[in-house]
Amino acid sequence: MNFKGFFLKANNELEGENFIPRARRITCKKCQKKVSVSQIRKNSFICPECGNYFSVRSRRRILMLCDRRSFSEMYADMESENILGFPEYDEKLSAAREKSREKEGVICGEGRIGGVRCCIFAMDAYFMMGSMGAVVGEKITRLFEYAAERSLPVIGVTVSGGARMQEGMISLFQMSKVSAAVKRHSDKGNLYVVILTNPTTGGVDASFAMLGDITLAEPGARVGFAGPRVIEKTLNQALPKNFQRAERVLECGFIDRVVPRDGLRHDLERILKLHAGYKR
Amino acid sequence: MQDINGETDMNDYDIVLRARMEGRLTAKDYIDGLITDFMELHGDRLYGDDRAVIGGIGFLEDMPVTVIGIEKGKDTAGRIEHNFGSANPEGYRKALRLMKQAEKFKRPVLCLVDTAGAFCGIEAEEHGQGRAIADNLYEMSALRTPVLSILIGEGGSGGALALSHADRIWMMKDAYFSVVSPESCANILWKDTGKAPMAAEALMLTAEKLHAAGLIDRVIEDNDMKKLSDDIYRQFKGLTTIDPDVLIEDRYQKFRKAGY
Ligand SMILES: [Zn+2]
Repeated sequence: MNFKGFFLKANNELEGENFIPRARRITCKKCQKKVSVSQIRKNSFICPECGNYFSVRSRRRILMLCDRRSFSEMYADMESENILGFPEYDEKLSAAREKSREKEGVICGEGRIGGVRCCIFAMDAYFMMGSMGAVVGEKITRLFEYAAERSLPVIGVTVSGGARMQEGMISLFQMSKVSAAVKRHSDKGNLYVVILTNPTTGGVDASFAMLGDITLAEPGARVGFAGPRVIEKTLNQALPKNFQRAERVLECGFIDRVVPRDGLRHDLERILKLHAGYKR
Repeated sequence: MQDINGETDMNDYDIVLRARMEGRLTAKDYIDGLITDFMELHGDRLYGDDRAVIGGIGFLEDMPVTVIGIEKGKDTAGRIEHNFGSANPEGYRKALRLMKQAEKFKRPVLCLVDTAGAFCGIEAEEHGQGRAIADNLYEMSALRTPVLSILIGEGGSGGALALSHADRIWMMKDAYFSVVSPESCANILWKDTGKAPMAAEALMLTAEKLHAAGLIDRVIEDNDMKKLSDDIYRQFKGLTTIDPDVLIEDRYQKFRKAGY
């Protein structure tokens, strides 16, 4: 009955970590088979044995979607600070930087997809489960403002456990801030395509993840507001099998298309071409 | 700090517990105290009528206003009727419908926020809880009529934010507004709900702290309805004279600067 479900407990609620550790060979959590990381990499980060989707780092995700060498990063130096002096946050930030090899939980910039110029952001599951604090909110807001000024489409790849607790209400207000920037971008007639990946939940689900003109999702991605464990506990009943899975969320009417990872780029190219303007 | 009844040394977690206490004034009490001829309007025109959210029209002194409140209910029957103040998507959509109506008829909107959080349930999810909250933030950011939100008790995360994308946010001195409940925060970070007081202290969730940080606009010291009515009236008088384009730009900047 309260909002305990607003945050996913990073590891135990994510159906096994789908992170790829620094190693040559790993055991796939789903099929228990040993697979080489280079093979996984070549296969769009999908297990060649069982089709399990591994988490894709934000920088890699952008490379997978953009035309070769077309991407230039923006706001790359912005880093979170422990504004509230929250216990253990400094340590968590250092660990996240180490684990993700990034400064923050989202990468933003400008590039081309199928030759069409666009702005793009990709969140990073390796950085505190893609949680949104002031820097993540600010970078995405700036990107929408930049795109609105230049009449550019925005492509966004979401993955997030929700708002970042360690920044308190400042994190919560990022939901308002980004949503308002999406509205301004949209009111000028610009396109926003969002790609929901596993998991997109909490405060990100309840803001810009749900505000795309066209909403794509990867197969099996968890998309929802509250954490499944919390709902289970609140209702004291087992959840339906496909609950909060992209395929089910599509049936419920909140996703346009569920697209396999290796088909995303092709779909984006088509969508961008369809919105590139028709000269009457 | 000193609380309304003169008790001293309330820590931040005491404020959270107090905000949840039974017997507090609920949204209905504020509506009774502030609004004359309140007429309740029902339904989201899409699926249903969520009783956790009550909305309607009435007079604030001589000014027609739209009022939307999250209602927790007074007694057991009332709490069940109002789902303990936890709204489903239909509730947020009803709120948005009434705000759009207020925009059309150039009425200011008063939101009374009191919720532990948006409802967690299978139907709530499958009817688009996330989308409903997102839609409110999105549409409220460009609403061409003034909105004042008052946190009267609990301000539970996204479920409370969905009615707080306002020109002005006020808080009762003994209300809280938080990204997460202190208990969940303590449980997630330290696997110990007993550390909730420590989490409460760290989360910056009290009216005084949020006001000092510039995230809310006013702390209301007591629930003197006459004084509150005068203050809201004066605030609406001021906001309604502002050109809607300027109002929206100011609202954009208000949230734009959060964290920066
Ligand atoms: Zn596998």
